[in-house]
Amino acid sequence: MTIEVNGKTLETDEEGYLTNLNEWTPEVGTKMASDEGCELTNNHWEVINFLREYYDEYQIAPAVRVLTKAIGKKLGADKGNSKYLYELFPYGPAKQACKYAGLPKPTGCV
Amino acid sequence: MSTSMPSEPGEQQENAPAVKKFMYVNRRAPYGTIYALESLEVVLITAAFEQDVSLVFIDDGIYQIKKGQDTGGIGMKNFSPTFRALEGYDVEKLYVEKESLQARGLSEDDLIVPVQVLSREELREFMDQQEVILTF
Repeated sequence: MTIEVNGKTLETDEEGYLTNLNEWTPEVGTKMASDEGCELTNNHWEVINFLREYYDEYQIAPAVRVLTKAIGKKLGADKGNSKYLYELFPYGPAKQACKYAGLPKPTGCV
Repeated sequence: MSTSMPSEPGEQQENAPAVKKFMYVNRRAPYGTIYALESLEVVLITAAFEQDVSLVFIDDGIYQIKKGQDTGGIGMKNFSPTFRALEGYDVEKLYVEKESLQARGLSEDDLIVPVQVLSREELREFMDQQEVILTF
């Protein structure tokens, strides 16, 4: 599969995750989201940026349980809970947000 | 998030899911084979099931958690930073065999994560207490 962003064609896997992580730009995230009928707000970007920082530090995308806990630590308890995160990313916060962040599908995603 | 499995008909319902003692034994160098990376992936996946997990590093397995890895020359991803993520997965019991550490001229300061160093004899006793041991 491929995705077209600003006239550039980028390769993705069959589920829409970017093949080459280095090709990611915020525009890629915006395009992926709008293709799925999702408009990204600042609240979405907080999570997406957090995931990119996490990946940069640990070289993996966190499981949803770990993401929830870590978001709570960083952004406060009102955001570190499943309800808030599933409202932002109804297809699963780790799975969907990682895709828009240009990261691979999280390890241990159940 | 629920990770419980549907119970079989007639199976006795328990209030809490059963917790078993899982030990993952890592004996091989981090690169060259897929064992080390696969072991780490299995640990991360099973961490979601809230079991009592411990990791042991023996022989060349110790090199998996050695500081300062540079995989540029072999075209592989350096996955050693992922060991530092284990704490966030509530996997905090990491053990290193003293004899293996000494044989490689290494000390705890050379490792990227805090570990407990156990002698071969202590490790043997610890292994006896486990319910599941997986070796990679």
